[in-house]
Amino acid sequence: MIAKRADTESVKAEYRVIGKPLPRHDAWGKVYGETKYSNDYKLPNMLYGKVLRSRYAAARLLSIDTRDAEKLPGVVSVMTAKDVQNNETVTRFGQTHAVGGFEGLYRVLADKKIRFKGEAVALVAAERRDIAEKAIDLIKVEYEPLEGVFDPVAAMQPGAYQVGEDKSNVICSYKVRKGNIEEGFAHADVIVENTYRVPMVDHAYLEPESGMAWLDDDGVITIRAATQVIEHFRGVADVLGLPHNKVRVIAPMVGGGFGGKEDITVETYLALLVWKTGRPVSLTYTREESIIAHGKRHPYIMRYKTGATKDGKLVAMEAELISDAGGYVYLSPWVLLYSTVQATGPYDIAHVRVDTHTVLTNNTFCSANRGFGGPQPCFAYESQLDELAKQLNLSPLEIRKRNYLHTGDAMATGRVLEHRVETEQTAEKVLEALGPPSKPKSPPEKIGRGVASSMTSYGRMMFLHDTSRSFVSLDLDGSVTVRCGVQDIGGGQASSLAQIAAEILGVPLSDVNVYIGDSALTPLAGTTTATRQLYMSGNATLKAARVVRDNLLKKAAEILNTSPENLDLKDREIFIQNHRKDTLGLKKTDPECNVNYGGTRKAVVAVETCVDDDSDRVVALEDVVKACAAEGMPLFNVAQFNAPTRELIDFKTGQGKVFADFTFGTQAIEVSVDEETGKVTVLKIVSCYDVGQAINPLSAEGQLEGGALYGLGYGMMENVIMEKGITLSPTLAEYLIPTAVDAPDVETIMIESGGGVGPFGAKGIGEPSCVPTAPALANAVSDALGVRIYELPITPEKILKALGKI
Amino acid sequence: MKKYTIHLTVNGEKHTLEVYPNALLLNVIREDIGLTGTKYACGTGQCGACTVEVNGEPVLGCMTLAVAVDGAEIKTIEGLAQPDGTLDPLQEAFLDTNAVQCGFCTSGMILIGKDLLNKNPSPSESEIRNHIKGNLCRCTGYNGITRAILKCSK
Repeated sequence: MIAKRADTESVKAEYRVIGKPLPRHDAWGKVYGETKYSNDYKLPNMLYGKVLRSRYAAARLLSIDTRDAEKLPGVVSVMTAKDVQNNETVTRFGQTHAVGGFEGLYRVLADKKIRFKGEAVALVAAERRDIAEKAIDLIKVEYEPLEGVFDPVAAMQPGAYQVGEDKSNVICSYKVRKGNIEEGFAHADVIVENTYRVPMVDHAYLEPESGMAWLDDDGVITIRAATQVIEHFRGVADVLGLPHNKVRVIAPMVGGGFGGKEDITVETYLALLVWKTGRPVSLTYTREESIIAHGKRHPYIMRYKTGATKDGKLVAMEAELISDAGGYVYLSPWVLLYSTVQATGPYDIAHVRVDTHTVLTNNTFCSANRGFGGPQPCFAYESQLDELAKQLNLSPLEIRKRNYLHTGDAMATGRVLEHRVETEQTAEKVLEALGPPSKPKSPPEKIGRGVASSMTSYGRMMFLHDTSRSFVSLDLDGSVTVRCGVQDIGGGQASSLAQIAAEILGVPLSDVNVYIGDSALTPLAGTTTATRQLYMSGNATLKAARVVRDNLLKKAAEILNTSPENLDLKDREIFIQNHRKDTLGLKKTDPECNVNYGGTRKAVVAVETCVDDDSDRVVALEDVVKACAAEGMPLFNVAQFNAPTRELIDFKTGQGKVFADFTFGTQAIEVSVDEETGKVTVLKIVSCYDVGQAINPLSAEGQLEGGALYGLGYGMMENVIMEKGITLSPTLAEYLIPTAVDAPDVETIMIESGGGVGPFGAKGIGEPSCVPTAPALANAVSDALGVRIYELPITPEKILKALGKI
Repeated sequence: MKKYTIHLTVNGEKHTLEVYPNALLLNVIREDIGLTGTKYACGTGQCGACTVEVNGEPVLGCMTLAVAVDGAEIKTIEGLAQPDGTLDPLQEAFLDTNAVQCGFCTSGMILIGKDLLNKNPSPSESEIRNHIKGNLCRCTGYNGITRAILKCSK
């Protein structure tokens, strides 16, 4: 459904390009089929790379014999761990500020001990793809299979099989302590305690991991790859023992990321093969490789004990979360910290005790996935809330309203929410939009409704001291160029920067060209992860564009014999405005210009500009640009935006500030469940978020719709099934994601409070949009049947079991 | 392995190609002819990203041997717009309804959508969803795509 935007029309007049539902600038190339992704370029003399992967999940690597493979005509190179200069380095995830305690081992090719099935063992480069495939089969690897450990709880026990070289499989543990948990439960009239389980999940982006690399004539290894992090150029250079400036990573348009292209995938393999052969190399994973060998969303086991008074006030929450990290550390400590901080959800609870652990096993390694540790605890705490509501005879909305955090309240970690919190409004709106309940069609069919809220951070953890840079310039004809090292993974990351520059410089969107994703040529903008690009690079672009605008207005003021404050820019013209009280986007509040917005915020509204036809009062943008150029006045700027920073929190109590801000939202779902077959049909999803300010409402709506379906897949069907470390669902025939017929009508509602820390008050929504869907579904199914499912995905089989029918 | 000579007419242009008997139509289109709008995404016929039109019918390029379609008329995403760049109404609708995010499924989605509209000029929403269910999209939630095809339904 077309998005509803709550109570916003009155303020839209303020902006000319942002806030407008415009097709993204990258959409044309995509509908023509002309956009070149990572696998769409060929170079003369190009080789095809292929990875040999381990057959065992736990084994000792005894020997590798590559002689037969090397003899195969058409094979140019075979590489194993001994050919890699620094085969073992430390994962740093594109961070520039070194923080202790989060490092993991990054082992390029398996050596000594195999830690998961599918681990890379050897690389081949050959003249043709089929020769590379054949060569892989000719490499003889001798393994000594080991027992392994596949259950995180078993892996935590003393004396458990050691997955890696360290004595303990426990990577790290965190705590949150607030109040006195015993006292809290003593005050509770009702206590519910349950254990929840969530599965391993694949990102299932349509574009598998892919890239092509070559050695440039200046000796720089240039890698054009599907990645969310071009700043892995540093990590790749470290592996090869090269200076960082000798590796360049380019990210063309990426065919979906969702966190799965946050860690290094093909980049190091490509660099090694290029360095060894001196020839261009192309490497694309098969779908099966993608599913067995890239990082997954962590499965969790979560024990939650939640207590409330008889009037529905939460007084105590005790939670223990155990996450299965799989064979390598990767981002597991960070994902776990996100879960820890967000374990209590958007609720105010006096007494809290949270203990979390992430543990190595011999399963596929887990790392970032949309929501980054948010979806797992949300399933648990939102299920708990409905269980309490049921016992207290309160409606799901009522119990939530009695416990939501509001602006100015402190989370369990002591962090005060100083920015806008509109969770309650989002909950009211989704239930209102769900409308009157549907009628069941036939006797076995039951209708149920569920609701779930979440708060999800956007922007990286503050102790990472995150930065982004962006370059904005005006050319002699008045056209605008933005250079910013963002990776566009399909969320409109590049296009929103174009909108911001167009807004500030008074040109149509079509006049802006954006260069993205090149570690050598675009200012580094950090990772396209953590729902951070609009926030970080949007702010950097805004900052740079404002400097250019200020210079432009200074010159125009000379030409028009006025002062810059009297000028405005629109449609490639600079003109004197008569009664303008506020300069666009500068957030200066003038009491005369304030309007009351939706009863909740004071918004700045520019007074309508009045321009007459007097040419003394108007000058073409192009003429001002030329005048600036003639005098050497700079019409470009590179700006850096620094996120607010904090040092590490206290891990013994969890107290401290980890995130700059959060996005709050609620989803409501109506389902029909067939009691005889256990089949769930989702009739409707309503998703409402406070997006702060929609820079492009079409893109924002796309995130809300797509996020809801991503979350619904988690709730209903997605499951990387592993048995003793072997993936039983290695293709899209077994690993099921929602199709067009599974997708329900999704109604989206955006609240624009203007209260975010992004440009123009925007908040991030890429990840938040998928977090509460699965618990809303679980609550709807429970409402329909009167029994609860404690484990995702909610399949017909689990429903029939819960009903005692099988 | 012996190569075979085949003739394909792709987007109105005739090609004579020397291909191995195991060459997939997807790879021939992408690598020999150089039209990369058709995508490799699963390789096993489960996602629809490699959909092309062969003699008027939608075909999965990753499941079709090039030698098996010798002599065929093929249309790919690059052949949908007019030579002057004028978009097909369905491509236009994809822009208007926000049906495009990462774009990797877009070529296949547009071709399967065209196939439906060719066979049934006025499909309902459920007919649309049913027809495109073999084509996966991970970004949009299918609503924008469904709206786009519905917009072209007469």
